[in-house]
Amino acid sequence: MHDTKIIDQLSDLVSSFICYAGSHLPDDVDAKLKEMAKIETEGFAPTIYKAMADNMELADKLGRPSCQDTGIIQFFAKVGTKFPYQDELPEALEQAVLKATERAPLRHNAVQVFDEINTGNNVGVRVPWIDWELVPDRDDIELYVYMAGGGCSLPGMAKVLMPLEGYEGIVRIIFDQMTSYGVNACPPVLLGVGIAGSAEVAAKLSKKALLRPVGSHNENPKAAMMEEELEKGLNELGLGPGGLSGKLSVMGVNIEQAARHPATLAVGISTACWAHRRACIKINPDFTYDFVTSKGVTL
Amino acid sequence: MSIWHLTTPVTDEDIEKIHIGDVIYLTGDITTGRDDVHHRVVVQGRECPVDLRGAAVFHAGPIMKKVSEDKWKCVAVGPTTSMRMEKAEKEFLAATGVKIVIGKGGMGPKTTEGCKESKAVHTIFPGGCAVVAAECIEDVAGVEWLDLGMPEAMWRFKAKEFGPLIVSIDCHGGNLIDNNKVTFNERKEKLVPEISEKVQFMH
Repeated sequence: MHDTKIIDQLSDLVSSFICYAGSHLPDDVDAKLKEMAKIETEGFAPTIYKAMADNMELADKLGRPSCQDTGIIQFFAKVGTKFPYQDELPEALEQAVLKATERAPLRHNAVQVFDEINTGNNVGVRVPWIDWELVPDRDDIELYVYMAGGGCSLPGMAKVLMPLEGYEGIVRIIFDQMTSYGVNACPPVLLGVGIAGSAEVAAKLSKKALLRPVGSHNENPKAAMMEEELEKGLNELGLGPGGLSGKLSVMGVNIEQAARHPATLAVGISTACWAHRRACIKINPDFTYDFVTSKGVTL
Repeated sequence: MSIWHLTTPVTDEDIEKIHIGDVIYLTGDITTGRDDVHHRVVVQGRECPVDLRGAAVFHAGPIMKKVSEDKWKCVAVGPTTSMRMEKAEKEFLAATGVKIVIGKGGMGPKTTEGCKESKAVHTIFPGGCAVVAAECIEDVAGVEWLDLGMPEAMWRFKAKEFGPLIVSIDCHGGNLIDNNKVTFNERKEKLVPEISEKVQFMH
């Protein structure tokens, strides 16, 4: 028997969290874009960066989603094994999406595959998409919400390379994808790369890489070096904001890895647009919380 | 680079003066139309329910709010990836008489041809700036094909000084983003081998 009062309480909190995430950039993204705007001083770049800053200010002032594409709502939940409301959590997250769709309001983005009908409430088969992780010996949950628009989801791909193609094969795929699809993905983007033994693991890790803060680095020194080299190289492409050319292309490159099979080298790519609306909140059993990605904000 | 303040209906003569890299601020009729609208008009050959002659089509799926029985308000409307419409835009321009296409990212050679033949331009509004754009919408005149759902329906906007619209394809065969891509690809061919040398992790 699920506790409906708990579901209400939890879904109210998470729906406020979704609404806030749709109208504001996380602290790390906001700081990085301000830094980049100072470097992008030529051509159309200053006009675009100004429109971006004006837009975020207006979204905050008017309490509206900053981008019309509020994505398919994805949750990444790290659930403490001692969190007392695990039974209520799946329904609370779905309820939160229904409430946020009305409140924000969010765009209706869940189209049922095969029937090709928009459900009109952002809930559909396996949507909201929820990624669960169990964390032993904790009684809280760490919940990420991510609204990826269609434009920055289009460059997404995964491919299994043969090991002799090497890490240089990965570099080639990343650059090809960025010069072809990158301009449509609302650059400057955050690039997520997953490296693993199979396509689905690499793809999933590439998305999880986007949850990591802008400017953070992989713990493995070789991976961290590859992140830096890719970031430097992609910036030298000079896609600029909106692909209209400039001095920079990316907010950063985040790589996540899983051990691979000896015979495979899989790579996954995900991009996050400049309006990288991913937010993280830690919720305690008494429903007090820490808004990790927007310090000091009360919902 | 020139700046143009245009009002719909836009004429062929207006379009002929415009070149890639110019900036337009548009007042008048802007109607949204993306994947499904292009599919219905071009692939299924259905008659476009909105007279788009001399007007603008906006590759966009807005967030709309119903404020009364027959009145809607635009909450947020930014451009979507124009390249998705590459397959059908040329025919869409010919069928509807649209003069200005608004979107984001570039479009390909087929649309460039279409802009030449139908005397039209493709323009880029800064991506992700949906509240700035919504503030330029003075009125929602109506909606057609709402059965397609909120993002895919044709929303008829009355806009004031809608922009900046950066011209990416003109009617003279120019394509700004294609030109940029040539440069990006040249740089890529130099950068990929340099980085590849640094990631020789296989033993």
